[in-house]
Amino acid sequence: MKFEDTYIGTVFYTAKSLLTGLKVTLKEFFTRKVTEQYPENRKTLQISERHRARLVMPHDAEGNNRCIACGLCSMACPNGTISITTKSVTDEESGKSKKVLVEYSYDLGSCMFCQLCVNACPKNAIEFSNEFENAVFDRRKLVLRLNR
Amino acid sequence: MIDFSSIVTAVDCFLESAMPHQLAIVVKCILAAVCALVAYLSFAILMIYMERKVCASFQCRLGPTRVGKWGLLQVFSDVFKMIIKEIIEIKDSDRILYNLAPFLVVMSSIITFSCLPFARGLQVLDFNIGIFFIMAASSFGILGILLAGWSSSNKFSMIGAMRSGGQMISYELSMGLSILTLVVLSGTMQISEITEMQTKGWFIFRGHIPAVIAFIIYLIAGNAETNRAPFDLPEAESELTAGFHTEYSGMGFGFFYVAEFMNMFIIAGIATTIFLGGWAPLYIPGLEGFNHAMCYIPGSIWFIGKTLFIVWVLMWIRWTFPRLRIDQVLVLEWKFLVPIGLINLLIMTICVVMGWTF
Ligand code: SF4
Ligand code: SF4
Repeated sequence: MKFEDTYIGTVFYTAKSLLTGLKVTLKEFFTRKVTEQYPENRKTLQISERHRARLVMPHDAEGNNRCIACGLCSMACPNGTISITTKSVTDEESGKSKKVLVEYSYDLGSCMFCQLCVNACPKNAIEFSNEFENAVFDRRKLVLRLNR
Repeated sequence: MIDFSSIVTAVDCFLESAMPHQLAIVVKCILAAVCALVAYLSFAILMIYMERKVCASFQCRLGPTRVGKWGLLQVFSDVFKMIIKEIIEIKDSDRILYNLAPFLVVMSSIITFSCLPFARGLQVLDFNIGIFFIMAASSFGILGILLAGWSSSNKFSMIGAMRSGGQMISYELSMGLSILTLVVLSGTMQISEITEMQTKGWFIFRGHIPAVIAFIIYLIAGNAETNRAPFDLPEAESELTAGFHTEYSGMGFGFFYVAEFMNMFIIAGIATTIFLGGWAPLYIPGLEGFNHAMCYIPGSIWFIGKTLFIVWVLMWIRWTFPRLRIDQVLVLEWKFLVPIGLINLLIMTICVVMGWTF
């Protein structure tokens, strides 16, 4: 029989393990606290790169986006948050007709930030940004047009 | 050092000269009761604030910061909310007992509170069986808890109350044993005398090993007495919603809540009184200059400081350990604390008889 299983042994073993626990919490007591005091710390606020706050469509310097109006994102969305209006344009050189994006509408109010749309996009035309202060007073203002 | 008994005597003389003896006694009783109640409530508020801050710190949070500077007004707003809430009459409950229970709990803790010696001469009740009286008064709080569970016609309350009864009555025993150990050392049960003896060294140092063991047993048993984690199974919220006070709302719940916090303060206060010297300043034999300097700090500061330190230790324990099962609670008491307490009592007696104490 090990010493730890004897009556006297349990007392010492228990005391030792309890003291270990107490040591852990005592250390925690004196560490810097993790609480962020939000409105005051706006200047120094650190938000993770991967935080999903709002869907955006990046545009380059000429105002072009990479979207090819394929509609995969809106099909991938479980909530029907994205709706795309397209039109057909005939290419003058080849004479082929091609879909182009007219309006990319995204309803922030029904998005659940699952990122399925971003994963579905073949052109990496959409991504999530860190601007999280999205509160507005009217639901209609939550329906955003992402393309320019 | 200020001797509060002179102030008390002055007030006493004034009252006796200003009015007939009978009336003077009534006025004195009322004065003492008001002082005790005010002190009780202020400590309750301090305690709740401290609990929230300390608990937050142990969980790496900041605790209340928004209501008032550093959240100082948080407790007041909580109390105000509690007061304006409706007290719901429970169907099929035993009205009289249901309404009586919170008062029993609070009453027992106020009576015990008034026995604490805050400074030389600053205590409401002081007589030759003081320690005995404290134990008796603090244990009828259990009655309130049992009644609360019984009268609210709710199975969770009932189970909570029964667990609480079993637990508190068991732990009363080892608490009594550890207090008895110190009574053996001091040779008296009068609280003022016990403290007076400790101006020449605190009992935890003078009684060395047995006193330290008694102190640890006392802290464990005291924690169980106050129904706080890791012994909070009477109100285990994951199993019993809120245990015996499930059916109480408004101030009914408020009384239980305040009494729980104040019981913690009282447990710490008694520990301070009998182990850490009460209001007696730190005394190290041989260092006369140091002892003299220590005496300049008022006794009430010593008492409250030491008590708050023990409260902090109790909170540290509370926010570290998970809850025990009921059988583990009883095994800890009957198989470990009671035998160790008894042997410890024997060791202390031998030490005192042989003169091995300081
Ligand atoms: S994150 Fe999810 S819910 Fe939001 S738009 Fe993309 S697919 Fe839809
Ligand atoms: S954003 Fe991506 S997935 Fe959606 S239509 Fe444009 S290219 Fe297709």
